Amino acid sequence: MKKVMNKIKLEQMRSFITLSKSLLLAISLVVFLSCANDDKQTVVNFTELVMADEFDTDGAPDSSIWDYDIGNGFDGWGNNELQYYTDRADNISVQNGVLLITAKKEQFNSSSYTSARIITKGLFEQQYGRFEARIRIPYGQGMWPAFWLLGSDCDGVGENQESNWPDCGEIDIMEIQGQRPNIVYGAVHGPGYSGFDGNPIFKGYTLENDRFDTGFHVFGIEWGPDYINYYVDDILYNQITPADVSEVTGDSSDWVFNKPFYIVINLAVGGTFGGTPNAETVFPQSMLVDYVRVYKNN
Amino acid sequence: MKIINRKYNYLKITLLLGLIFSISISCERELSEDVEFATFPDTAEVFIDGFSGGLEYLPFGGSKLDAFTVDSETKYDGSASMRFDVPNVGDPDGAFAGAIFPDNGGRDLSGFDALTFWAKASQAGTINEIGFGQDFGENKFLVTLPNLLLSTNWKKYTIPIPDASKLTIEKGMFWYAEGPENEVGYTFWIDELKYEKLGTIAQPQPAILNGVDDVEQTFIGNNITLTGTQTFNLESGINQTVIAAPSYFTFSSTDNDVARVSELGVVSIVGIGTAKITAILAGVKAKGSLTIESLGSFTGAPTPTRDPANVISIFSDAYTNVPVDFYNGFFAPFQTTLGGADLNINGDNIIQYTELNFVATEFKNPTVNASEMTHIHVDIQIQESIDPGDFITIELGDFGSNGAFGGNDDSSGRVTIASADLVSNQWISLDIPLADFTGLTSTSNLAQIFFISDATISTILVDNMYFYK
Repeated sequence: MKKVMNKIKLEQMRSFITLSKSLLLAISLVVFLSCANDDKQTVVNFTELVMADEFDTDGAPDSSIWDYDIGNGFDGWGNNELQYYTDRADNISVQNGVLLITAKKEQFNSSSYTSARIITKGLFEQQYGRFEARIRIPYGQGMWPAFWLLGSDCDGVGENQESNWPDCGEIDIMEIQGQRPNIVYGAVHGPGYSGFDGNPIFKGYTLENDRFDTGFHVFGIEWGPDYINYYVDDILYNQITPADVSEVTGDSSDWVFNKPFYIVINLAVGGTFGGTPNAETVFPQSMLVDYVRVYKNN
Repeated sequence: MKIINRKYNYLKITLLLGLIFSISISCERELSEDVEFATFPDTAEVFIDGFSGGLEYLPFGGSKLDAFTVDSETKYDGSASMRFDVPNVGDPDGAFAGAIFPDNGGRDLSGFDALTFWAKASQAGTINEIGFGQDFGENKFLVTLPNLLLSTNWKKYTIPIPDASKLTIEKGMFWYAEGPENEVGYTFWIDELKYEKLGTIAQPQPAILNGVDDVEQTFIGNNITLTGTQTFNLESGINQTVIAAPSYFTFSSTDNDVARVSELGVVSIVGIGTAKITAILAGVKAKGSLTIESLGSFTGAPTPTRDPANVISIFSDAYTNVPVDFYNGFFAPFQTTLGGADLNINGDNIIQYTELNFVATEFKNPTVNASEMTHIHVDIQIQESIDPGDFITIELGDFGSNGAFGGNDDSSGRVTIASADLVSNQWISLDIPLADFTGLTSTSNLAQIFFISDATISTILVDNMYFYK
């Protein structure tokens, strides 16, 4: 989520790698299907639910799970984002079984837009497991919805110029550019592959004959000691491993995903990922979250 | 536009087949109990490498009839494409290229969400109008994409269907109309023309009246035709707007005793009072509305009774009018006046000007020889109160012996009616001797009638403009 600069260009640069990787995946899947007992295969499904917010109680989100990031951070949360995050019901509330994060076009504390960002830091943190959320996104240029994780030791990310990011690690489960409403990106950022000092490791998945803004879809990862599998609904579309990190940094020990992470859900407006809203971008618009569920790695 | 009956031979084969089919059906005496109502074929293809079954080609009257050919050399895919040769300006074969491609058997398009095709052109060009739903019949579900930009590379284009559930028996599969670019003809190709269910046509933003909340003062008996658009967000992130025929919309009026709307989008004013017209397209409220302020019954101007033999009429339902170029020239930059011959109240055509400062009616093709006439008649109604400084000036313009504006032979003259002679909200019938237009040295080549108020009066109705003796 943070500082995912020039992703489109990066995507082009990496298209060869991504292509060969997806071919590999396809091959390994075929192998898996033909030999179900292959113990090297890390496509897993976790079943032991440890945390769930179904957003069934109207009002503010459950304060025992969620805290807020407020304001515009440092330089638009490090991404030139244009919104001011608030905890007002105008920007975030639970209604009719759904969490609504609403981006509004309004002057507020020197920002031209408002929205919201919630985090589970200090409230819910977990190492490994399945993290998933059922979400319907808004659309249009400048809408940047995201469902992601930060290392529990991350401090001041996007709030201060100096922070321990990217060393503390970031797992992006879902990021979408509102102007490309049928492509979701999943990524990891860490030391040497943050987007500044090396390309982040990511992949886009295109929903065929459908869009993410017209209905709910489940975005999830299944995360274990040496892999992160990326899912949209029941489709596994990518696997990131220490070998991928090593490919960028030359050192697989730059894998920083063997510790607890916390959840972040936000709807940014503008910023380096999707660009500035244009005249056609509709305001207000909401990102709808039906549930967030976390399963244990078992 | 006129229909040119030009069909391909295989159509006759289709007709023949249809005949045989209906004969064989007629053998059956009664319908079986589990009969299902016939549905129309849901054929998606319009033109892939040739005409799809049932498709016809009917060029517009006045267009270059052979503008369309099947091209087997240039194609995006397969063995052939549709080639369109847009004529140069002055081409004796036709001024533009344009045609409809109907399937008169009708197709069920309700399972699709867009018409798509690949296209390229011999030069960058802008197709004036392209779409579907035109069948030379009611065109009830006409869709027009205006100004489609083509490049010299093959590119896929998407024309979204405003509401596919309406298209269960659609005949108009495809149509287009395009003129020369900068007076020069060019060629464009269309291939893989078909209906698709893309699943990525989303976020509808329908609108009527261009999304504006309009207010209009009018009278009982007047009819106003509404227009609408549908906008979808495409997979590419682009918002694509098409002009959608009124029948795609469901209209409603806040007071059916004041105004009601037909399914063809015609608002009929039936009573005095205020009514707001809004619309819904496929369950989504359309942006824009029309608030009708009906002033009640309209009293038309007195019907002229002069012998037509003694009249040269510019604008009147009582006479045959001479050719008129326009009732409002929208002369930039000083003119503010809006409106023209827009009102039709119970069959009575009336000119309405608003925001008047000055406005001209022009009739120069040809100019009018009124040298045997003695007067000009015009009926004016001022739709506001009269203030002391208000006036209406009528100016006549004669283009002189060269019959054209300029050339040092033009002349003009004015007559001003001061506020004391004006009344509010009643017809004022003026009969002014042409001799009173001081400065008008000739009436042999009359070409202009001006109304001038310098904004002292802003809204007027005009009827029965004619010269007589």
